[in-house]
Amino acid sequence: MAGITYEHVSCRYPGSDTLSVEDLSLEIPDGEFMVLVGPSGSGKSTALRLLAGLEQLSEGRIDIDGRDVSGVDARDRDIAMVFQNYALYPNKTVGENIGFALKMQGVDRAERDKRVREVASMLAIEEFLGRKPRQLSGGQRQRVAMGRAIIRRPKAFLMDEPLSNLDAKLRVQTRVQIAELQQRLATTTVYVTHDQGEAMTLGSRVAVLKDGTLQQCAAPRELYENPVNAFVAGFIGLPQMNLIRLPLSDGRVRLSDEDLPLPAAVVRDATQRGAKEVIVGVRPEHVTVGESSSQGVAAEVVLVESLGADSYVHASLAGTDATFVARTEGYDSRQRGSNVRLRVDPQRIYGFDAATEERLGVSEHQVDHDASQPAPASVSR
Amino acid sequence: MATVTGTISHRRPRQPLGAAVRARLGAIAWGSVAWLAAIIFFFPVFWMVLTSFKPESAAYTSPPKFVFSPTLSQYKQVFDAGMGPFLANSAISTVISVLLVLVLATPAAYALSMRPVEKWRDVLFFFISTKMLPVVAAIVPIYLAVRDVGMLDSIPTLIVLYTAMNLPIAVWMMRSFFLEVPGEILEAARMDGADLRHELSEVVLPVVAPGLAATALICAIFSWNEFFFAVTLTSIRAATMPVFLVGFISSEGLYWAKLAAAATLASVPVLIAGWIAQRQLVRGLSMGAIK
Repeated sequence: MAGITYEHVSCRYPGSDTLSVEDLSLEIPDGEFMVLVGPSGSGKSTALRLLAGLEQLSEGRIDIDGRDVSGVDARDRDIAMVFQNYALYPNKTVGENIGFALKMQGVDRAERDKRVREVASMLAIEEFLGRKPRQLSGGQRQRVAMGRAIIRRPKAFLMDEPLSNLDAKLRVQTRVQIAELQQRLATTTVYVTHDQGEAMTLGSRVAVLKDGTLQQCAAPRELYENPVNAFVAGFIGLPQMNLIRLPLSDGRVRLSDEDLPLPAAVVRDATQRGAKEVIVGVRPEHVTVGESSSQGVAAEVVLVESLGADSYVHASLAGTDATFVARTEGYDSRQRGSNVRLRVDPQRIYGFDAATEERLGVSEHQVDHDASQPAPASVSR
Repeated sequence: MATVTGTISHRRPRQPLGAAVRARLGAIAWGSVAWLAAIIFFFPVFWMVLTSFKPESAAYTSPPKFVFSPTLSQYKQVFDAGMGPFLANSAISTVISVLLVLVLATPAAYALSMRPVEKWRDVLFFFISTKMLPVVAAIVPIYLAVRDVGMLDSIPTLIVLYTAMNLPIAVWMMRSFFLEVPGEILEAARMDGADLRHELSEVVLPVVAPGLAATALICAIFSWNEFFFAVTLTSIRAATMPVFLVGFISSEGLYWAKLAAAATLASVPVLIAGWIAQRQLVRGLSMGAIK
């Protein structure tokens, strides 16, 4: 078990003009479950592979348990990795796969077999010990990959999208198992995913990356309620936040045919910056759908997604190309083409600088953090 | 997503009768073409084996005889002609050259696939370019060199030449098999603490074993059937089976039945090796086609 520190880490692949990871600074305390999340090409897997020692740093350093491992080979870092495609050795049995690292360490056969059986029991895969990977299902292979990592009792677990090859139901089940296992073992874990839902449910803290740079690192709730920029606001949350670029005039914005009251702090901040436009953000659960005779922004329904407990109404705002998504309870029977009025909770409006996409009007109370947690890493420029 | 209502039919849609008949006829036609091609390719081998059991008088007739009294006399005569040393020479030169090829080609192919140098394309082209020169163009300098070092009519000469002859093909083949090894399992092995030796022995070689078998078999076939170097550079002590076969073409005429018997016997070891390794051969040659 160990803390991990990225200190101004950058990585440029040979022959590439751009940095895959740019000036990443992140501190992961001992025992934490840190999730790196972001879209494809955001640098999250590269950041993980730098930690694993499978890629070379261009700048900066990485510490594991207080030791600089920047120049240390992957086999000597005492960390274990679960790969996206499991990377099981095809010619070895499940038992041999799990025990391979112990064999490389020179552990004698009896002790190796004992530990393999213990880990297999923990993961409920004892009956598969004599089988080859090709005889297993995806979920079983995933557990074997986990077992191969666990048996080593490493300083940290690294997981590179381990659930992406599983079906939706199995993904949810396995996610719970991973969370329980990590809590039981209390081993520092760095988990990479592109699924923000997975990130929000698994991580004690989540680091959002975009184009190789860290956007924000905070607890899931903090990310959801206090995103530092429009990217984080749009990436975290499903369905994503409604974001629309609107001209700012006399401290006001107009959404379709209605004035939209922005929070005073947002207006103040935008005015100080001399902004002519702001990006307005509202989460679907803060948009109410009313009948066409009621008050609000005029809109036309383009799609209704009924998910059982909730429905999501996609409505095209009158006079614009923008579409807003609103959450309604239960089954929504509105049809495509029906006219509605959307009302936005003024207390729940976010504003972002249209040029830099930084959040406007961030109040002092929103940047305070729990003293027991590490200070969040550098936010977007 | 919007709620979907309505029933879904699970019955396969019926094909029109004409389409089903056309599909069946197409299958029969292609099957017939495949059988015809197989018969055409196999017929010379079949004829060779058949002829080996004929008396010499029935071996070359017009029209050819399919019905005859089979005899083993040709095989007896082949054995009596002293096939043993030739067989041994072929076996020794083939086995040792194949082993040498595998020992040399495997690390070269590993390096070119896993840790390629900057100019790896040029290196690969250099390897294969050695096969572009016709052997007959190089035989004079080779003969002179072998003569000058006193290595004419010796098995080590054949071993060296067969190794050199097969090495480029082996490197190319093995490289393609190594490229099929998923990079992730090598990374997993590294993270599990495996050094280069264990990476090769525990992870890579077991995965490419079918490819190794396919490469070995192809090199063995080339070495076993090699005639030009053998007939030019050997005479008594180191002559191989192809040279022995040519002995049946004499100024007295062509002894077809004896030649067929000798050729059949010469083919047997390679056929046995191919039969034993056929599973690995199929897997090795199709590696990469199926993920």
